[in-house]
Amino acid sequence: MIFTFTDEQRELAATLRRFLQDKSPSSEVRRLMATPEGYDPQTWAQLAGQLGLQGLAIPEKYGGSGAGPVELAIVCEEMGRALLCAPYFATAVLAAHALLASGDQAAAEEFLPSLAEGGTIATLAVCEDDGAWTTDGLQTTARRSGDGYRLDGRKSFVLDGHTADLLLVVAQAEDGPSLFAVPGEADGLSRRLLETLDMTRKQAELTLDGVPARLIGAEGSAADVVRRTLRLAAVALAAEQVGGAQRCLDMSVEYAKIRMQFGRPIGSFQAIKHMCADLLLEVESARSAAYYAAWAAEEGSEELPLVSSLAKAFCSEAYFRAAADNIQIHGGIGFTWEHDAHLYYRRAKSTELMLGTPEEHREIAATYLIDGAAGS
Amino acid sequence: MEATASTVRREARDWIEENFDPELSVRAWLERLADSGWAAPAWPAEWYGRGLPPDLAVVVYEEFNRVDAVGPPAGLGIMLAAPTIIANGSDDLKRQFIRAMLVGDDLWCQLFSEPGAGSDLAGLQTRAERDGDEFIVNGQKVWTSGGQVADYGMLLARTDPDVPKHRGISYFALPMNQPGVEVRPLIQMTGESGFSEVFFSDARVPASAIIGELNGGWAVALSTLGFERTSLGTASGQGFRLSAPGGSRFLQQQEASVGEFIAASKSNARSFGTGSTAMTGGGIAPLVTLAAELGRAHDPEVRQQIVRLYTLASANSWNGQRASAALKAGGRAGPEASLGKLMASRVARQWRDTASLVAGPQAMLAGDDGPLDGRLASQMLATPGPSIYGGSDQIQRNIISERVLGLPREADPSRTMPFRELKIGTQAAAGEQS
Repeated sequence: MIFTFTDEQRELAATLRRFLQDKSPSSEVRRLMATPEGYDPQTWAQLAGQLGLQGLAIPEKYGGSGAGPVELAIVCEEMGRALLCAPYFATAVLAAHALLASGDQAAAEEFLPSLAEGGTIATLAVCEDDGAWTTDGLQTTARRSGDGYRLDGRKSFVLDGHTADLLLVVAQAEDGPSLFAVPGEADGLSRRLLETLDMTRKQAELTLDGVPARLIGAEGSAADVVRRTLRLAAVALAAEQVGGAQRCLDMSVEYAKIRMQFGRPIGSFQAIKHMCADLLLEVESARSAAYYAAWAAEEGSEELPLVSSLAKAFCSEAYFRAAADNIQIHGGIGFTWEHDAHLYYRRAKSTELMLGTPEEHREIAATYLIDGAAGS
Repeated sequence: MEATASTVRREARDWIEENFDPELSVRAWLERLADSGWAAPAWPAEWYGRGLPPDLAVVVYEEFNRVDAVGPPAGLGIMLAAPTIIANGSDDLKRQFIRAMLVGDDLWCQLFSEPGAGSDLAGLQTRAERDGDEFIVNGQKVWTSGGQVADYGMLLARTDPDVPKHRGISYFALPMNQPGVEVRPLIQMTGESGFSEVFFSDARVPASAIIGELNGGWAVALSTLGFERTSLGTASGQGFRLSAPGGSRFLQQQEASVGEFIAASKSNARSFGTGSTAMTGGGIAPLVTLAAELGRAHDPEVRQQIVRLYTLASANSWNGQRASAALKAGGRAGPEASLGKLMASRVARQWRDTASLVAGPQAMLAGDDGPLDGRLASQMLATPGPSIYGGSDQIQRNIISERVLGLPREADPSRTMPFRELKIGTQAAAGEQS
């Protein structure tokens, strides 16, 4: 039933929230964001071993738990709230979905069990220098070489690309955009950690110079694989944004109740109250949009291409507004390094622009709502 | 046995099978419906309802709407007066008024707002002074929907000016058909008249018509406002799709048969549309069509704004669905339930601004010359309404921030001063100028 969580789903959220309160407090986020790896291997192992989260969306036959987009949304929401520093989105969302969407059973059997048990960090490399999540106009090329391929070119904005054991790289082959598997330590591959606005999620640039690669799925099939992966990833990211936005609102309201100026709490001034009320409207509407899209994905609804884009666009803007207003409500302390508000501000802006900007997603939606309706 | 959706559905279906008869007069059908409890399934069983929770009441309406069964007269009586009287009134008042609303004897209006008391409703100045078994009412109300046709008004009047403003108000059921009540149409900025001004010159109301306690009217008013907020924020799908004519001025129309009434309603709906878009801003369909006609369907800014409109309207509907799913699952609705009215006015503004963007200079034209047969212009002019009526956006934000987020009230010295000493409305400014 849409919008109704089962007891198991509620329990999943509560368990993960307790886990993250323990393992990903602000002090730990700050420690990890300052490291080049950007995650804690022990916590990563516990996410897989204790909670089974890396394999959440992976079918049981590939070693996962076979849960669906709703569970994935729940998990991403909690991780977003806690700003967890880990290659979860890259591995469990992007790479896992891309492998499943590729229809390549041999690759799924070979790679997914290791993803599920936390042994392999994986990611999906689509973007090039312009950061666009598209397979149009790829500069990275793949040429046949013996019974494999060799890749040349440059990939950028690759989430956790510097630590990934398995890189799923989209490159232009003879028959069109195609998906390839490249080991993290492959010959001819150089990886550079990028300096990023959001330090809590790492991004890398990959330079490929005749890198040996294995074709995943059919040659020329990556446009479709990427499109389908992006829809599910957009829903998961929207849920992550809801978690972060909710945390920003909570911080604002808590602070507005205790910060005294002019002899009274600033939360008693309408200037502050109205900002908070507007944020609640943003956050709750974002939550409804993300959940609706998650259920559309769960049910394999025809609406998914439309509502995944609506949710990504709306949740992106809601999160950034919540993060920016949270700083404003905190005043001077909110503008300091010491306060966590800027960590959310950085994450919000970065996720807004990742996997397609709000404008790009609204344009996708427009093709269904306007071009479809007008018959042009 | 506990009622479930399927038992309620079967029971309603059986009753309809046995009792619904298009040959009956509207009046006879309304009486049958009222006495069965199906007319208002969510009301208590002892007061003409069936005591069903909201989610099961929805099931009942689905069954009645399946056969186009006509419901009781829509309006502020059923929507606000009846639940207020049920929650706060004496049994005598319930006996006098509840069934009369359901069978269509009485239409009601709401006599709350005044020229000097809008957002600060408790600053109202209309006074009611005791005279034996009656009160004598003098003053003025404004923004009264249906004032011209109402038989009774939910009247808030000051009964003690020497105590702080919230403590000296009483809530009356005032008979409108009397010499001391004058109703004048109020022309709003659209040029239409959907509201009235109501003037009281020594109007009379029995003391027994006080709903709740003497001077205890504020708490009763808050319960009415709660019912109003809920109904303005939610889609109107939760009720009978067709409602019967009623009120003393329209009693004659109840002589028609139910079948004739249904046929006439359907043909009206075809000619005039449903009209609900004027309240909520409307969908994207007319704007998409207009954009295509004007060759602007490929303008990137037009496309962005149309999708923004669709997203906001969808989010509002999803918030509502999420709240009712929580209720159905036996829990309590979360904060999303109280956001509908604020979101609805935002959707209306987005519709207006998108329409203006799509139409461009054509949006200067109205009536037959204007886009969408003049609907664009009338919507443009109607848009400020939803941000004001039923508690302005600013008041909604106060309510949300205090009741949902738990932020403290703003300091308000007027809460503790005797009413007599307050400055109210625009009098002070006017006084300073003279």
